[in-house]
Amino acid sequence: MSDQHTQTQISSAEVHEVFADLHTRYGVRGLEEKRADQAFVRTDRDEAVAVLTHLRDRHGYTHLAFLTAVDQIEEGRFELLYMLHNYELRHDLGVIVEIPREGDGCSMDTIHRMWPAAATYQRELREMFGIDFPGSPRLHEDFALEGWHDLPPMRKEFDTREYSERTYYARPGRTKTDTRQHMKDTIYPSEAETW
Amino acid sequence: MVNTDTRSDRPARRGTPIPGTSSARGVPNLATRSQEHINDNPLMPPIVDGKAVFDLDSGKYLKLWQGPQHPGITGNMSLELVVCGDEIVECKTHVGYLHRGFEKLMERRSYIQCFPIVCRIAVPEPDFNEYLFAATVEEIQGIEVPERAQWIRTLNLEMARLASFFMWMGGMAGAFGLGTQGQWTVTMRDYILDRFEELTGGRIYHMYMIPGGVRGDFPEGFTDRLRETIDTCEKTLQDVERTLFNNAVFKKRAKGLGVIHPDIVDQFGIVGPNARAAGFARDVRKDHPYLVYDQLDFEVVTHTDSDAYARAWVRLQEMYQSMDLIRQILDRMPAEGPFFTKLPNVLHWNVKPGHIYKKAECTRGEYGYYLNSDGSDKPRRIYVRGPSYTHAVSLMEHLSIGCNIADTAGLMVSLHTYPPEVER
Repeated sequence: MSDQHTQTQISSAEVHEVFADLHTRYGVRGLEEKRADQAFVRTDRDEAVAVLTHLRDRHGYTHLAFLTAVDQIEEGRFELLYMLHNYELRHDLGVIVEIPREGDGCSMDTIHRMWPAAATYQRELREMFGIDFPGSPRLHEDFALEGWHDLPPMRKEFDTREYSERTYYARPGRTKTDTRQHMKDTIYPSEAETW
Repeated sequence: MVNTDTRSDRPARRGTPIPGTSSARGVPNLATRSQEHINDNPLMPPIVDGKAVFDLDSGKYLKLWQGPQHPGITGNMSLELVVCGDEIVECKTHVGYLHRGFEKLMERRSYIQCFPIVCRIAVPEPDFNEYLFAATVEEIQGIEVPERAQWIRTLNLEMARLASFFMWMGGMAGAFGLGTQGQWTVTMRDYILDRFEELTGGRIYHMYMIPGGVRGDFPEGFTDRLRETIDTCEKTLQDVERTLFNNAVFKKRAKGLGVIHPDIVDQFGIVGPNARAAGFARDVRKDHPYLVYDQLDFEVVTHTDSDAYARAWVRLQEMYQSMDLIRQILDRMPAEGPFFTKLPNVLHWNVKPGHIYKKAECTRGEYGYYLNSDGSDKPRRIYVRGPSYTHAVSLMEHLSIGCNIADTAGLMVSLHTYPPEVER
């Protein structure tokens, strides 16, 4: 890496400074430094929009790279991930917000007033995960799925295989081979013994 | 000759803000110049907060669908336009015609089964998907990639960039009715695909950058043939430059079309050549050097006009830059060395738990993969961040207001959007 880039790169002390500021103001926790140019933090749902606004306006994280959700079905929650980027310091900061995945709690405040492009992400999350974003424009219009009445398909309990077996039918006489078993049995039985 | 183009009367950029259009506190004015043009015209509906207020039943407006099958659409998506006269007052992007649920499919498959899926996410340049998928897995697992493999990967990505830009250049010319340049550039793309076929065995989907390295080394005499191909491409690109960028039709129609105001760049998450044409020197290759980009010499290309012509110009310069980078890579890469690290048995491969985001500069800007692993043999979540997600949906909807119907295709192509990465 050239010297020019190491100089302009954010230092770990600066990341900790931003984190300390967020921790005092909003109780942000769980700093994970992945690389010199990437970190993740966790925050509560009620503080999330304030944290994002603070990061955008005071710490220069002006670019929303993406907004998505990870389904942690075992723990009964979704993790919303707001990936922010600071072009000055060349630093990625992921803000993770946990929300319950069932019932009325499965909703989040909209951020389309901060980033107009966020409305598209929120529309997709509503369609694919069933997360509500009250006030987000055109939230209930179809995005990628047209006329879909089943479970939101990106939720873990939506079983793609069960859905396709229910909706479509196989060609008569179709046979299936389990790749793993086939490899074990025929291609390298000697290696299979060591597993 | 009488100048009938009203656009050229107006200043080159940064129109004055319109009162009453800035929405929230501290948010800069979002109006584009074409929206100001609508606001000046009493026959057109008023624009409030970037959206036209009109009554569709009044008989003054017409709903018009452009796509999903239309020569002026990039790939399979459609625009639902409301026009007043021949100017667009509202645009809604509809995607989903290519939705194959890649992200969901990957959650049910082992990592090695995901590998042939990812390249389908962006058809004209699948290599960025392959690289980012491999890079996220390698980073979580702590796999070191041999040096020669890193150079080969960089070469592969630059070839993909060049091929994709060639295809785009033809589309850009075609959108304004200039068919000839499209014939030339698609031929050049085909020559690059020949090299890809030699190197990887596939023309479109290469499936080459497997986690751990690349699948194979250069075939005999490959570098010489690649140099020849690049020379041919450069010659043709010079012809394209002369005939397209000096063409009266192209200049007249592309200049002043779809101006992206620098203030909206961060609000709409605009990246890549679209942002660079607005004056932002942002390039992931420079800002977060990955692979061997820190050992290559290149400068970030920028322009300030931020219209379709400026974006085309930036991409043209990046094509020359890409050719230069390919030559640099061939000169500087180590001649010998391993190109692959042995992986554990990929059918029984549990990737360490953790999550990571990796990004690379594709032809449209920041392309990223977020991988969340729970320690099993399948990913818990893979999210693909494609630049077209904002460019084709919210930005297109914003920019097209006040645009002429005939220019919609040109505007859309100038944003360089690939629908598969919108719906994934």
